[in-house]
Amino acid sequence: MEKIKVAILGSGNIGTDLMYKLLKTQTSMELALMAGIDPDSEGLKRAKDLQIPITAEGIDGILKEKDIRIVFDATSAKAHIAHAPRLKEANIIAIDLTPAAIGPYVVPAINLVEHLEEMNVNMISCSGQATTPLVYAVNCVAAVKYSEIIATISSVSVGPGTRQNLDEFTITTANACQNIGGAKNARAIPVINSAEPPIMMNNTVYAVLEETADEEAVIQSIEQIVKEVQKYVPGYRLKRKPYIDIRHTPWGDLPTVIILNEVEGAGDFFPTYAGNLDIMTAAAKRVGEQFAAHLLQKKGVSV
Amino acid sequence: MKKPIVTDTTLRDGSHAVSHSFSPSFVGEVVSKLASASVPVIEVSHGSGLGGSTIQQGFSKFDEWKLIESAVANKKQSKIASLFVPGIGTIPELNTAADIGIDVLRIAVHCTEADVTQQYFEQAKKRGLETVGFLMMSHTQPASVLAEQAKLMENYGADCVYVVDSAGALVPDGVRDRVAKLKESLSINVGFHAHNNLGLAIGNTVAALEAGADQIDGTLRGLGAGAGNAPTEVLVAVLNKMEIVTGIDLTILMDAAEEIIAPVFQYPLVIDRDNLAAGYAGVYNSFLLHVREAAVKFDISPVAIMEELGRRHAVAGQEDWILDVALELAQKQLVK
Repeated sequence: MEKIKVAILGSGNIGTDLMYKLLKTQTSMELALMAGIDPDSEGLKRAKDLQIPITAEGIDGILKEKDIRIVFDATSAKAHIAHAPRLKEANIIAIDLTPAAIGPYVVPAINLVEHLEEMNVNMISCSGQATTPLVYAVNCVAAVKYSEIIATISSVSVGPGTRQNLDEFTITTANACQNIGGAKNARAIPVINSAEPPIMMNNTVYAVLEETADEEAVIQSIEQIVKEVQKYVPGYRLKRKPYIDIRHTPWGDLPTVIILNEVEGAGDFFPTYAGNLDIMTAAAKRVGEQFAAHLLQKKGVSV
Repeated sequence: MKKPIVTDTTLRDGSHAVSHSFSPSFVGEVVSKLASASVPVIEVSHGSGLGGSTIQQGFSKFDEWKLIESAVANKKQSKIASLFVPGIGTIPELNTAADIGIDVLRIAVHCTEADVTQQYFEQAKKRGLETVGFLMMSHTQPASVLAEQAKLMENYGADCVYVVDSAGALVPDGVRDRVAKLKESLSINVGFHAHNNLGLAIGNTVAALEAGADQIDGTLRGLGAGAGNAPTEVLVAVLNKMEIVTGIDLTILMDAAEEIIAPVFQYPLVIDRDNLAAGYAGVYNSFLLHVREAAVKFDISPVAIMEELGRRHAVAGQEDWILDVALELAQKQLVK
């Protein structure tokens, strides 16, 4: 089977977890290179052990290689802003796992096939991948006036990239709830919890509705999208049945959908509590597969 | 003993106790009194910091920027500070507050997460602000860990780092240990922020001063989240008795506490069962009203909620866990 060559840029938590995911199942992608900037990083060592070609020259190392068509950028927002134009110039598709948000947002459960002609798509953030589908599901049946999501993640699973760019993480997540979740206004609040043993990623979504809605229809829509996400993140689930409460808001007392969600990881690199890493890399892999299949198909047509 | 820098945070921590309902005119009046009493720093913002007006933290009744404008207009020679919790606030809010004219930004994180603050310290410094690092829930970590975290903040540009007893769970020895360790490790100021859950807000603040603290916090009549804080007027009276001259006018503070602040109390600020349970279990003080609301709604004991939150090590900003815990406890009750 012909495959599309892909590379991972960034050998931190996210990059390493993604590496394991790409190797786990047969897809139309071939992991041709793992690129980092620290030759001693855990990620590069592990890649080497798995006999994946590695480079410690970061983006330069990738651009030296031939035939790489897709790069998963798992560095940081600042770094990706520098990488993006260089990848584009080299005609390489960038699947951006940082909150740089240069390209359009993609959440597989919402808009997987919408941006296949783009050269750069953005995976938002872990909390964006987890919560945007829930806001979207509510908005499908009842217009969301304002959504607020609280994403709680364990301290040990938050790498330096996120820590240095918490602002980008926060703003990008809120923007995604608005732009593709469909909320008129949105806020996102990340919380890092350092409890031992580490807590599992859990998210709370408050969706303030424009007007009264059919609670059963809302719940059904939420349950349906949860099944969609479970297709690529099996550990994604509702903690409890969502419900509608009346909340005091600046716009008056309004029905507010309350959703408690948790994400258990597959344990590919990080332990299962780090559902935040899992949902990010699983979603990126899903998007990568789609791009790779699309490239192969286009090639087929042009030949 | 040297003269400490006193920050009055009635208009920030006290915001929790009145469900974020301070009006611009009220803020103007209080700031004006505090300034005429020569309180050096006056903190004003939503209780959970800039941008705190949310479902999670409680919506503000009035536009936060109007409150800060009113504070800046009445500050005289005092400095206006705002609290900033990364993730609740973002850089656009930081910039707006700087545009309005605040002087000090107090950047607060859970006491193990200092490394998320770098971009905020840098931005605050770029905007010419004095900066304070606020290590919340300091009772959860030993002095050595706090010192490492404080050092990070110093490296990012903090002018002072506070040991913050968010849950009112520390006893004097614990305060002394932590403050002394920070003093030993840092070359910048060290501060202490107390809560009164164990009846130690003033005592702990004195312990902090004995251990070398340079900055301390109070609120008029103790108005603050949960069990409240060290009352600023009591603190000044105590400092006077200890012959530590602060230059702060005690009479003006006593009058302001009695005549302006006492009338806005929405419930008696005493160490009742819920507040003692919070301090004893080490639960963040601003959870109090949210816990009481959930307890009524789901017909369960607020103490049971506090205990479970303590067991789960909930940190600042996790008001949504109150709901999760309440639902879980309610379900267990049904099963019984």
